[in-house]
Amino acid sequence: MRPAYPPIVFLTLQCASNGIRRKWNKVAIKDGLERMATAFKDEQTNGHTPVQSDAVVVRFAGDSGDGMQLTGGQFTLSSALAGNDFATFPDFPAEIRAPIGTLFGVSAFQINFGSSAIDTAGDQPDVLIAMNPAALKTNVGSLREGGLIIADTGEFNQRNLDKAKYSTNPFEDGSLAKWQVLAFDISALTLEAVKPFCMGNKDALRCKNMWTLGLALWMFDRDRQPIIDWLNAKFAKNQVLADANIAALNAGHAYGETAELAGPLKQYHVDAAPAPAGLYRTVTGAESISYGLVAGAQLAGLKMFFGGYPITPASAILHHLSRLKEYGITTFQAEDEIAAICSAIGASYAGQLGVTSSSGPGIALKGEAMGLAIMTELPLVIVNSQRGGPSTGLPTKTEQSDLYQAVYGRNGDAPMPVIAARSPVDCFDCAVEAVRIAVEYMTPVMLLTDGYIANAAEPWLVPDLEEYKPFPVEFLESVPEDGFKPYARDHKLKRPWVKPGTPGLLHRIGGIEKEVDTGHINYAPANHQAMTDIRSAKVNGVADSIPDQIVEQGAAGAKLAVVGWGSTYGPIKQAVRRKRAEGVDVAHVHIRHIWPMPKNMTELLKSFDKIIVPEMNTGQLKTILRDQFLVDAQPVNKVSGQPFTIAEIEAAIESALS
Amino acid sequence: MNDMTPVKATTPKDWETDQEVRWCPGCGDYAILKAVQRTMPEIGGTPENTVFISGIGCSSRFPYYMETYGFHTIHGRAPAVATGVKLANPNLDVWIITGDGDALSIGGNHTMHLLRRNLDCQIMLFNNEIYGLTKGQYSPTSRVGTNSPSTPYGSVDRPATPCAFALGSGARFVARGFDVSKNLPEVLKAAHAHRGAAFIEIFQNCIVYNKDVFEDFAAPKGADGHQLWLRNGEPMLFGSEKSGGTKGIALDNVGLTLKVVDVVDGDWQSAGVIVHDVTNRSLAHMLVEMPFGEFPMALGVLYDDPRPTFNDAVIAQNESASAGKSPDLGKLLAKGQTWTVAEGHPET
Repeated sequence: MRPAYPPIVFLTLQCASNGIRRKWNKVAIKDGLERMATAFKDEQTNGHTPVQSDAVVVRFAGDSGDGMQLTGGQFTLSSALAGNDFATFPDFPAEIRAPIGTLFGVSAFQINFGSSAIDTAGDQPDVLIAMNPAALKTNVGSLREGGLIIADTGEFNQRNLDKAKYSTNPFEDGSLAKWQVLAFDISALTLEAVKPFCMGNKDALRCKNMWTLGLALWMFDRDRQPIIDWLNAKFAKNQVLADANIAALNAGHAYGETAELAGPLKQYHVDAAPAPAGLYRTVTGAESISYGLVAGAQLAGLKMFFGGYPITPASAILHHLSRLKEYGITTFQAEDEIAAICSAIGASYAGQLGVTSSSGPGIALKGEAMGLAIMTELPLVIVNSQRGGPSTGLPTKTEQSDLYQAVYGRNGDAPMPVIAARSPVDCFDCAVEAVRIAVEYMTPVMLLTDGYIANAAEPWLVPDLEEYKPFPVEFLESVPEDGFKPYARDHKLKRPWVKPGTPGLLHRIGGIEKEVDTGHINYAPANHQAMTDIRSAKVNGVADSIPDQIVEQGAAGAKLAVVGWGSTYGPIKQAVRRKRAEGVDVAHVHIRHIWPMPKNMTELLKSFDKIIVPEMNTGQLKTILRDQFLVDAQPVNKVSGQPFTIAEIEAAIESALS
Repeated sequence: MNDMTPVKATTPKDWETDQEVRWCPGCGDYAILKAVQRTMPEIGGTPENTVFISGIGCSSRFPYYMETYGFHTIHGRAPAVATGVKLANPNLDVWIITGDGDALSIGGNHTMHLLRRNLDCQIMLFNNEIYGLTKGQYSPTSRVGTNSPSTPYGSVDRPATPCAFALGSGARFVARGFDVSKNLPEVLKAAHAHRGAAFIEIFQNCIVYNKDVFEDFAAPKGADGHQLWLRNGEPMLFGSEKSGGTKGIALDNVGLTLKVVDVVDGDWQSAGVIVHDVTNRSLAHMLVEMPFGEFPMALGVLYDDPRPTFNDAVIAQNESASAGKSPDLGKLLAKGQTWTVAEGHPET
């Protein structure tokens, strides 16, 4: 894996052999089609030999209307087809089309791709492609020192500079001195490229993102054909648009090859990452969860009913499942979050697998209905794609601050299993696991992901479904020998699942306290005590069906354990790996089963001298660990709406051990 | 209902559970329960294929007393639960039991959308114009000036008209009855015969917190001259000699409103009395809005004009979208832009 701060990324690589380091300096540019914003001069590297990095982080940033998510998505696809490992981080505003050119309207897409394992979207971009002044302003601060800025000077007019709150042109005031700058008029070049299609200026400029993508494809030695195929398919009904976008893509690609650029901007090739043999595809968390739910329903032998209500960033699951009707899925866009979960409970009552999904505010609305599912002991999967809170919070930014809500957030003593996915790929197995627990224990289960996982994509070795053990549901269909009791228990404390329509097993259920066994209304003190104990014991018993907690890296007894959950997996893994390479005695424990936790957790946690818990909240897992295991777990918190960087976790490890 | 299974005739007794009924003695709910238990054999219902789904409130205890499948859900959400039940198993005969607070206050949103979508079910709204189970606060159907623990100086907000709400939400069947009415089973039968969402408002006497608020038109006191029982194809006549003569409902052609006219010697035609047409939506709007006092209370089936149901549409789309496709998840996962890493490639 590449070091924390690779000394240089790619511009120097091609020069490494002759010991010359090339450095670009900005020269004054005004406007005009072919005027280069950069020149370069050779300088001695003073004996410093650049190290070839095996990973590159590129960030595309532009106005919300510039198509940066699309550009990033297609670049991701080309990375996948090139065999690189990668991780992505789409970061976009909540506003659909924020006023053009504004700082809050900037949309960015970051990808980290490499020839070895990639677990995060990268701490710092090596290349920033900035489509306007606002995109430069909001993103350049995170660019690695010495990194490359590619900017469209066509957008750097006074009006846009004003909107981005630049008092002087950053290309002229020396403020970009610590980076390399390649600024030229991409807008004009795009207009030139699509001239033959006689489009209006506005439409023609919308091809800018494809021009930029073409340049990026050239820079990283990528095949254009998959993108051309995609454009042809996307604009199948408008060949002019398809052709114009392809022309822009080709023009951007060709530009890379022009003599002017051939010096500094040589192609950079990232080898394919080593990976187990098999068929791969890219997958986002939302896709992975959707497929995992389908797999879970198939393994249970059930049809699925999905009740949802549109909410960022969870809607994508509703969208995916709506297209999969042939898998026995009914999707229902309900009138609100409450109806979404209640309809799913109704479907579970009628014998299907009820599923609902939302994000923090919607999960809060569903709380009372979760209690109903707990009381009536019906299977249900609740997916929570967490986002920044409280209230509406940060709809498009990521956070892990719903852990309390998941574990504790209901009225009454209302225990419910909670599991958390660590990555887009992991969502598949977690969804299958959520379905298994729901039907094997007749309980609602909450599956936690977050905005980062939901939107991010990574390569996925397509799983062999034969390797998943089925857990077929058996409905009770006739009166048992000892008589029918709706709340009779098996050895797991599970009650029978009876579908309405079954003769001889008529019964009534509801949210009022149930009598032990019969399920009749019963408020008696001893009965409520007994039922509360049974509900709790049933959920705790889920621990009997889950594997022991493993240690990802390092071993029990280490000086320090970094304990995480959810999407902090990537940065923790890399940070621990680096620290261990330095000889630090640190272990990584990543918890999937949050409630109940694996049975070996007490022993494992108590084996470490120190425990730190990095979380994108103010310390929620930390509290649960202290509560459940009486260990001195120390919080490492970040609530900026952005994922942890590897460096931040490394710093936390150093500080904990200092 | 299961095809080809011979339906065993039931009796009202077969629809009673062994549970002790916990309503207040004298509550109108008892009469409604009896009416439903009398109706079920007549519509050929089978207990195992019947589901009663309720929200929260006095009325919502109803499912515990019906020997069917039953789900006593949470406050206001019965329509949402019922939607999931019906979509998951359209063969079930779904009855929603709700009250004025449950259906129009906390659950107003769900009631509106269930009616708009036209889920095939019956919605029985027990309207007693009061919150009973929480001890007597005024409800969204309470009349202005209602004194209650939360409105000691009288309520100031205007009540909702349940049937007008239903029509406004797009209901295709709207009917009215009251707890002790002998006609209630007929209304329930018509509701059940309607394919789609059938909305039935049942005036129900809360003898503890809102006693006799309907006595001006409900039996026995207000029966004569204050009840307009609507029957499709029949003139809108009410009243008797005792109540001051037979009267009818006619259209005021100038103001485009309804008016009460006297009918002399049974000659309703020349009095211009309207013949009820259950498919006339404009008429239904006027009937639900008739101000009681000056007009009688419109009862029976006010409107009945079926449209395709939500559950049928969902299932038809599920089937057409699935036609010719196999549920092969492995194939789905391997679809699209994929790449293959060959054997012998070094592993990480």
